[in-house]
Parts: sequence; structure tokens; C-alpha cells
Amino acid sequence: MSNILTVDDSMSVRMAIRLALSGAGHAVSEAADGKEGLDRASSTKFDMIITDLNMPNMNGLEMIREIRKLPIQAGTPIIFLTTESDEGMKQQAKAAGATGWLVKPFVAESLLKVTRKVLGQ
Amino acid sequence: MSGQDPIAAFRVEAGELLDATEQALLDLSHDLESRALIDTVFRGMHTLKGSGAMFGFDALAAFTHHCETTFDSVRKGLIPATAELVALTLAAMDHMRTLVDDRDGSSASAVGEDLLARLHALLGNAHASAATLSDGEEASRVGPAASCLGHQSWHVTFRLPSDALTNGTNPLILLDELRDLGGTNLAVDLSAVPPLDELDPTQCHLGWALDLPASVTREEIEDVFIFVIDDMELSIEAIGNQAEAVGTSGDALPASEDLPIKNSSQVVPVAEARGSPLSRPASESVRVPADRLDLLMDRVGELVIVQSRLAQLTSNGVSGPAGELALRSISEEVERLANELRDTMMVLRMVPIASLFGRFRRLVHDLARETGKSIELETDGESTEIDKTVSERLADPIVHLIRNSCDHGLETEEDRIAAGKSPSGRLRLSAQQAGGEVLITIEDDGRGISRERVRAKAEANGLIQPGQVLSDSELLQLIFQPGFSTASQITNLSGRGVGMDVVKRTIEGLRGNIDMTSEPGKGSVITLRIPLTLAIIDGLLVRVGNGKYVIPLAAVEECLELSLEEDIRSRGRSMIQLRERLVPFLRLRELFATGTRPDPYQKIVVIATGGERVGLVVDQIIGSHQTVIKSMSSLHRSIPSFSGATILGDGGVALILDVVQLVALGQSHEERLRAAG
Repeated sequence: MSNILTVDDSMSVRMAIRLALSGAGHAVSEAADGKEGLDRASSTKFDMIITDLNMPNMNGLEMIREIRKLPIQAGTPIIFLTTESDEGMKQQAKAAGATGWLVKPFVAESLLKVTRKVLGQ
Repeated sequence: MSGQDPIAAFRVEAGELLDATEQALLDLSHDLESRALIDTVFRGMHTLKGSGAMFGFDALAAFTHHCETTFDSVRKGLIPATAELVALTLAAMDHMRTLVDDRDGSSASAVGEDLLARLHALLGNAHASAATLSDGEEASRVGPAASCLGHQSWHVTFRLPSDALTNGTNPLILLDELRDLGGTNLAVDLSAVPPLDELDPTQCHLGWALDLPASVTREEIEDVFIFVIDDMELSIEAIGNQAEAVGTSGDALPASEDLPIKNSSQVVPVAEARGSPLSRPASESVRVPADRLDLLMDRVGELVIVQSRLAQLTSNGVSGPAGELALRSISEEVERLANELRDTMMVLRMVPIASLFGRFRRLVHDLARETGKSIELETDGESTEIDKTVSERLADPIVHLIRNSCDHGLETEEDRIAAGKSPSGRLRLSAQQAGGEVLITIEDDGRGISRERVRAKAEANGLIQPGQVLSDSELLQLIFQPGFSTASQITNLSGRGVGMDVVKRTIEGLRGNIDMTSEPGKGSVITLRIPLTLAIIDGLLVRVGNGKYVIPLAAVEECLELSLEEDIRSRGRSMIQLRERLVPFLRLRELFATGTRPDPYQKIVVIATGGERVGLVVDQIIGSHQTVIKSMSSLHRSIPSFSGATILGDGGVALILDVVQLVALGQSHEERLRAAG
């Protein structure tokens, strides 16, 4: 069982992620924007973080950059969700320190596949 | 929260998103240059498309895509935002709402095609090519190409990007994956590892080489490295075949399967059921700020502590003055907590009235277009909070009142100029909290209500006798009488066949009341007074005969004593003098036919609503009482004078008096007396 943080301003997307991951036996924490996500990541060590990029308050890119500065999250895999078909966004997120990505719309299967891939389970 | 169904959650969220985007569009119509608003609209469409596709709302995603593309062009400055574009996009948003309700969108595809045709016509041919789902998205769904066969095995060498470790890539997991694919002969390349004093332990300095069986496809190997493949060194050589260099690939995970989320047996409403954007179904979840939940948790925690104190006290035995004192302290504590819990619970149900007001901006926008009038809507006090259920039930009455104001109240531009007013009509919607009530006012600066026309109409409809003497407020109250509104008056706009009497009934059903003032030529003000919550009220507990009754405290003006002499003197008249005013009163003992003798010192509770006062004669005033309202059974619901019932501390039942009905009854008594001379 892994401790996973999901950051998305869409409640339904968070719910879909939570259902899929908790069904696979993971513990899922949620945050509704980058600022809240950073807050949670500052205090709790997660095994993996899944985040949207396009969010109010603090966007995903900025949050990833900040999380990468946190000693507590050293090496924590960060997966970002993207609907952007252009490479630009993906490159920016990778440069910010993201581990990998998942293209929206995604199905539970692909989410679990990415999770397994990143967590090695 | 709406349970565990992401589709239901998506519907709620999509509704909110559409509301917010619509607000931005309406703001944009006043400020076509605003980048921030264009961005907001674009973002709204973008999110809607993305989440829509996730939950199988393909028709919605495909349709929204076009609007998103349009606003992307606006955002990039390729096309200007125009009033026509905003109006068309608003219409498109209505269609999106339909598609949110109706997932496959089959019932309204013609509407969608028509809207898209208009959108494309507006944009010209320049953007017609952007109409299909973008190529990138299509490409990501194409399955992997067939791999080349005919070789013995693969030899793979790779070196991860140096920041792979800090970016969360774990080489051990990649090696595990390669092992699972059948990797053998793993060798580590240490050549790039620097001397110890120069070593940065957060960097990845190692390289690896291994063999994989031919049964594995190239795509499967590349898939292992999917997240790092662009930035790493990777060579995949087919042994026993021509060596191949590796290009970049692996854009995304395949995402072509259908969503595994079941749509259960949800009844999907047909598109036809939603006439206007205002008939949105009430969402069943409430968003609660976390600090309010924390507060509730604190209270519950305190309750648990008090409970354990009580348990300890009872096990020690409550005896002697010390025990009694302890018990009393616990009782006081429980009382305080019950009050606080009640307040906290009520606050959880509160939503800002902004969500309600937000819908009316669109309504006024549409009404202005339909009537050709210029109307400015001002709103105020949007942060005022109100019970969620109350807020939902208020929507229809307020829609009706706004329609009335726009249709009958506000004049056309020419008429306004002729009357020396500003060309655009002003409609003001405001809310404020006053004690346990919320005051909502709908104010227009239109032509006001013509007393002559009201009188003529009321006489024609037989509501009053020709020439009957009425006070100004009585005359205005006629508007709220059933049968006042007639078909001849109903235009396209206010033509919902609903009269003001229905508005009044709905408001009264919420234990609120409606009041109207109007100055001919200057405008009208309608004030709604709505209790904050439906479930619990502060009441005044009284006794009449052997029965106990609750009078809503908000309606109570004062309590007086009715001395025996005054009682006898007033007999037959049933009026008391209260500071220069005669106030009619009702003897509840007689009204309820209790058959008991009156107490020697009876009390009068003066209640007021809508500016009218009535005294209620009771035997005893017991005191204020926290009243949890229970509705009457269907058998008893039709009895006027009572609006509900409550259970008292001793287990007895007290009926809650219906203030509005009783005041009306008192007034009619007064009128009868007046008529009798």
C-alpha cells in the first residue's frame, strides 16, 4: 500500500483517481489546488503525487518546482495530468521536476499502470 | 459530497463550472478586451472538455472542443471577442448543459450542429479546419505499429538523464520492469562515475546494458522508458539483424478503451425537460469549508467529554448537594453544547446567495435582448448566506419577480428618455442578513405600479367592490391575490401562467413574507423576508387552555397583559389600543374551542407580519423555546392556523402557529367589524 497525494481542482477527477487507487489498495490524500498540494506535501511524505497542471491559486508547474525543493519529498515521483497535445507543456513540466505524465482523458487502467510503473509494484 | 459516484460528482461540478464560465462571459460582454476574462472562459471550456471526456461525456467533450478552440483563438489574439460571439457562446453553454444531463447527446444533436454552424459562420473559414479533434489527440490513440521480427534477441544499453533520481525516477524499478520482460546479462557501466570527492549523490551516473528476448517488441522496451526516453541515451539493437537507432516516440499511454466506470441506472433527463438555464436541477451536495467541519468536530469532541463526565457521575451516584451541583453543571454544559451544535449544523447548510444571484444575471441579459430594453443589473450582498434548500426554493419566485420588473416595470429606452430618466433601466438585487432573517430586495427604477390600473383590474376580476375604500398598501396587496393576474396580461416573458399569488405562497411556504412599495414614475421595491433556516426556529411557548403552542419569536412584537376589566370592556370589539393604534386581537381559547375557563390574567402576544399587527390572547406565556419544526401529517396539513408541530422537553407536542394565517384572520375580523359599523 502506498501513500498517494492527488492534486486537482476538479472534484470529479479527484474522485475518479481516489476510487481507482483506493480500489488497488492505496491510501489517497486529496488537495484542490497547487497551494493546498504544496501544504500537504510539506508536512507528509508521500510515495507518489499525481497533479493537474492547470489549477487556480498555484498552478501545477509552480507546485512541482516547490515540491522538488522539499527535502521530505526527495525522489518522490510526481505524475502530472495533461490534456495538452503540444509538447511544450510536457517539456515545461519535466523541466520543473515531474517524473511522468498521464494524458487526460484516462481510464482507471492507465492510471494504475502508471502507478505500478512509478512505484514498482 | 455526493457519495462515490464520479459521474454524479462530474455533473455537479460541470454545473458549477458552466455557471462560473457563464458569469465570465457576461462580464466579458461589458469588457470585450479583458484578457483575464477571456482566459477564464477558455480555462472553463478546457476543463469541461477534459473532465467530460474522462467520464464518457464524449458528445460534450466534442462540442466543447469547438468552443474551446474558438476561445483559444481569441486568447491568442487571432480573432476579436465580439458581442455576437458572447451571445452565441452563451447559447452554446445552454447546449453544454443539455449534454451534461444527456450523456450521449442524441436528443439534441441538431441543436449542437446548428450552433456549430453558426459558430463557424461567425469565425469565417479561417477556423473551419480546427473543427475536428486535434491531430495530436487522435494520434495518441493509434495503437503501436507492428514491430520488426526475424531477429534473435535485443541488446539494450541505456543511461538515464542525470537528474532522473531527483525527478523521481527509480532506476531499480526500471530494471525490475526489464527483468519482468525477460532481461538477462545485465551489466553496469561505471565509467561515468566521478571520483568520490566530486560525486554528487543526487545525480545518476550509471549506465546499464542487457539482453532481452526477441518475443518482446521494441514498443514494449521503449514503453519501459516512456517518461525519460526524450532525455536519455538509449540504444535498442536487434541481434542477428540490422542495428537500429532509436528515435523519440511514446507520446502517451493508449487511452482508447471505454471508461470502466458504470453509469448504473441513472435516469437521464431528456433535453426537453429543461426549458431555460434557470430550471437547473438542484444539486444534492453541499460544499462545506473545512474550518466549519473542524468546528463541528470540536463540538462533538466536547459532547463526548461531557458524556463521560455524566457517566462518571451516575456511576458514583448522584447524592447530596455536591452531586446535584455537579449534575446541574453538566446539564448547563449540555445545553450550551446543544445550542452550539445546532448553530454549527445550521452553518454547514449555508451557501452564499451569490450562487442564486449569479443565475439572474443571465436572465436579465436574455430579458434585455428579448424586450429590446437596456437593463443594468446591480447586485449587492452576495456573500449573505442562506440555507441551501431555501436558496433553491427561492429561485423560481425571484425569477418571476425579475421578469415582472423587466417586462412591466422598466420602460423602453425612448419612454425613459421622454420621462427624463437615464436611457438604461436599473434593476437592483440585494441581500442582507437581519437577525434570523435574510432580506432580499428587488428594486427597479421603472414606471412603478399604477394604482388606477390595479384598482380597475381588481374590480374587473371581482376582487373588490367598485368604489371600495382601500388603503394604499391594501391596494398594492391586491396584486398578490389569487385571480389578480389574468391571461390577457401575460406576455411572452412573464407568460409562465404564474401569478404573484403563487410567488407569495411560495415565499410563505418558506415562512417568509413579501412586501411591496411602489412610487408611480419612480419604480418599485419588492422585499422578501426569509428565515435563515427551515429546520429550527426560536419560538415563544404559550399555553391556551390545556394545550401548548409555539409562536415564531421573529414575529412577536410584544407581550401585554389583558386585565379582566379590559377584557370585559373590549368584548364584542376585540380591539385593544396600543400606542395610538387599535390592534385587533383573537382569543385563541375561543378560536381553538378549548372549552376551558380563561385564566384570570390573560396575556396578549402581539404578532406582526407585512406591517399588519394582530394580538393573540393566551392563558399563559411560558417562555422562549428552541423549536425543531416537524411538518404536519398529510391529514392535518390543510388546517390553517398551524404551520407545524414540535416536541417539547417533557415529550408533549406543541403546535406551531402560522403567523401569516392568523394575522390574515385577525384582519378579516377587523374588516367585518368595520363593515358592521
